[in-house]
Amino acid sequence: MVFQRKHILGLEELDAREINLVLDTAASMKEVSERDVKKVPALKGTTVVNLFFEPSTRTRSSFEIAEKRLSADVLNFTLSQSSVIKGETLLDTARNLEAMGAGVIVIRHSMSGAPWLLAKELHSSIINAGDGSHEHPSQALLDLFTIREIKGEIGGLVVVIVGDIRHSRVARSNIWGFLRLGAEVRVVGPATLIPKEIEYMDVKVFYTLEEALKDADVVIMLRIQMERQGSEYFPSLREYSKFYGLSREKLRIAKDDVSVMHPGPINRGVELSSEVADDVNSVILDQVSNGIAVRMAMLYLVASGGRNV
Amino acid sequence: MAGKVLMNSETMTETVTRITREILERNPDANKLVIVGIRTRGIHLARRLADQIEKKTGIKPPLGTLDISLYRDDLGIKDEWPELKKTDIPFTVDKKSVILVDDVIFTGRTSRAAIEAIMDFGRPSIIQLAVLVDRGHRELPIQADYTGNRIDTNTGEKVKVLLSETDGTDAVVVSQE
Amino acid sequence: MKLLIKSGRIIDPSRNIDRVENILIEEGKISSYPAETKKLEKDKKINLIDASGKTVSPGFIDMHVHLREPGYEHKETIRTGCEAGAAGGFTSLVCMPNTNPINDNASVTEYILLKARKEGIVNVFPIGAITKGEKGESLAQIGEMFEAGCVGISDDGMPVMNSKVMRHAMEYVRPFNIPVISHAEDKNLSGNGVMNEGFFSNKLGLGGIPNASEEVIVARDITLAELTGVHLHIAHVSTAGSVRLIREAKARGIRVTAEATPHHVMLTDEAVLGYDTNAKVNPPIRTAEDVEFIRDGLKDGTIDAIATDHAPHSEDEKKVEFDLAPFGISGLETALPISLKLVTEGVLTLNQLIEKLTFNPAQIVNIDRGTLMVGAKADLVIFDTEKAFTVDRMKFRSKGKNSPFHGWKLTGHVEYTIVGGEIVYSA
Repeated sequence: MVFQRKHILGLEELDAREINLVLDTAASMKEVSERDVKKVPALKGTTVVNLFFEPSTRTRSSFEIAEKRLSADVLNFTLSQSSVIKGETLLDTARNLEAMGAGVIVIRHSMSGAPWLLAKELHSSIINAGDGSHEHPSQALLDLFTIREIKGEIGGLVVVIVGDIRHSRVARSNIWGFLRLGAEVRVVGPATLIPKEIEYMDVKVFYTLEEALKDADVVIMLRIQMERQGSEYFPSLREYSKFYGLSREKLRIAKDDVSVMHPGPINRGVELSSEVADDVNSVILDQVSNGIAVRMAMLYLVASGGRNV
Repeated sequence: MAGKVLMNSETMTETVTRITREILERNPDANKLVIVGIRTRGIHLARRLADQIEKKTGIKPPLGTLDISLYRDDLGIKDEWPELKKTDIPFTVDKKSVILVDDVIFTGRTSRAAIEAIMDFGRPSIIQLAVLVDRGHRELPIQADYTGNRIDTNTGEKVKVLLSETDGTDAVVVSQE
Repeated sequence: MKLLIKSGRIIDPSRNIDRVENILIEEGKISSYPAETKKLEKDKKINLIDASGKTVSPGFIDMHVHLREPGYEHKETIRTGCEAGAAGGFTSLVCMPNTNPINDNASVTEYILLKARKEGIVNVFPIGAITKGEKGESLAQIGEMFEAGCVGISDDGMPVMNSKVMRHAMEYVRPFNIPVISHAEDKNLSGNGVMNEGFFSNKLGLGGIPNASEEVIVARDITLAELTGVHLHIAHVSTAGSVRLIREAKARGIRVTAEATPHHVMLTDEAVLGYDTNAKVNPPIRTAEDVEFIRDGLKDGTIDAIATDHAPHSEDEKKVEFDLAPFGISGLETALPISLKLVTEGVLTLNQLIEKLTFNPAQIVNIDRGTLMVGAKADLVIFDTEKAFTVDRMKFRSKGKNSPFHGWKLTGHVEYTIVGGEIVYSA
């Protein structure tokens, strides 16, 4: 199968075959990361710009390592949102970078849809590294990759996503990804953080964690962003943690071999009790190292991929 | 398949046997040999060579597979792009005699990529190249060390190597595209 | 100058007329409906328009436009806005006060009217602000603005959140007998919403504006209208619930009227997919159910008028992140063909549609337009209901090219727009 896309903007637009191709390619990329010389010349001569409008050391570093392992020339461009609003428009900034020869632009932006704007107006390949409350495809792909490695198969799994579904791009991308590969997806959180009509995305909605965890194979804990939720959505972190934090007792409701994931960074004692965090740390660190292979795959596929879409 | 049959099952077996002999003549110390097949059909030919070497010497050389996609020089230029598969070289190549195996040598670009890839895995004492068919039209100064059959083709022709492992039969067929 | 419009199908809902007639215009007024035209046609001093096969109606009145001047001349000016209006068949534009400075005192009103007289090719009727600076705190110079020519008051775009202020505005304005026009939106409920709240806002990860955001203020303003006896006009109705509330209020005899826009009766929130900022508008484009309710409301008279909420923006302002793009659709030049779809789809008769584009809005803002009775000002439009064309937003006369209807194949084409007996637009 040939990857036809020029951009990777979201999981929603990828079908199961395309997702599997990314995961298979990532498996091959993982081998490169295990070599002594962790570098191949695939993107030699290609300039990749990491255009980050939100601080995100993890995602940016992961992309940067992936780019360097593929021998791309890497340019990091990190801007604070406020300076952008006052000055140059997003399009002007991106057009400038394109004029400098950027073949691929990896963009992280606090506003949903920003990567679509670039894809519409520019010639470069665009990779979405997280846009607003919309999608975070590289995170979802690495979650899928990690779970496929552990469980062998995604189809038929029960996946529970816990927390702030309303504002989470990780949630949205994972919902699409796990659904496409045949899993059952449940979402659970305070009613204020479960958006209206989310059930039309074909997910099952729960409001109590205990109920949602029954027969769960995978639990994805979303990070509670204290700066975003404020006191409007739930009374206190203590209360949130009491109802939606994952403790060892609650985890026993899930299947014995349940995998717990977290996109990081963890608020210990809020989303996960410290003991659960340490229990599952190995999976979470797997996520991190798999992230590099998955991002290498994404970069390689858009660079080699069709000039069609 | 329509086209001229250049090699059949019998002559292919003879060819592999001859190449094996040549490899052993030039590399008397079979302990230093490692065989690396280039995806896709090179893998099966590499296994046949390794089996023959083991039969002749009693020493089973380490067998690896190489996907050269990440070393190609035409990323994003070609429309057709094969899926990236795993490279699997679970042994050291340092100070070894690496025999790269491919079915056909044409422009030489695949061989160049394979050589570069192998060098990323270590520092072999020598790299040699074995191919079943050399169809000419080189674009790089690269020659095979062991060649099954050398044929004149024009660039429009297609040289297809069929192997029992993947195609159910052993043959080399030349056809017009 | 005299003008003879021959053999057009005259539709004049103000007099319940729908028949083929000739119209003679003299000195800017409808002078007569001559049965015999042979002699007139020979008169060299009379210009002739053959309108056979065409529809002739009172010029359209758009009771909700943003002309942007003063202050935002890069988006639109009174001149370009009027040109766009003329091209759309509109002979009168009622313009909202959210300019810079805001039209919250008589000097701004006078400036707009002066500019309109000098540069505007159609009639302009300003709406004054309800509160100073549209800040929702203290009352604007309502009486003086009325004297200067304002035909209503509204804090369009920045609705009055304080119910007590709204009550006082209604009480104060009642003796002037002009309507209070409500952009019904609870800004707290809307929050950082940029589109309709629902499946598509979830999918796109965009902040949603719930229907309730409009409906709680519709309910509040109806309640206050009942309390104060003012004429309340609900602008750009977008939700099923608003239609229900208005219908019920009318049944109870409360003085409330309402308008709907072409985009709210023709699009659903799916239009935003792909982050199309040209479909970003406030109130947002809603769901199919809401569209059904609004169409029913137009049909049964709950919604009196069709108004465009023409909100032009420059291309640069719209080519940004969806969250940053300003709300608004440039609507004047697609209003007729989009509205005509309501006729072909069986929602309204042509006569009902024209009534909602002419006589009804004239009644709501109480202006002497929207009729073709003898002696009336000769504001007319001549259009072809059958002529097909493809919308090309780049060809708009408006500076605002922000249309979600770009590329649509539509029927209904304005041939002539006549203001005070003068042809101000011809196709």
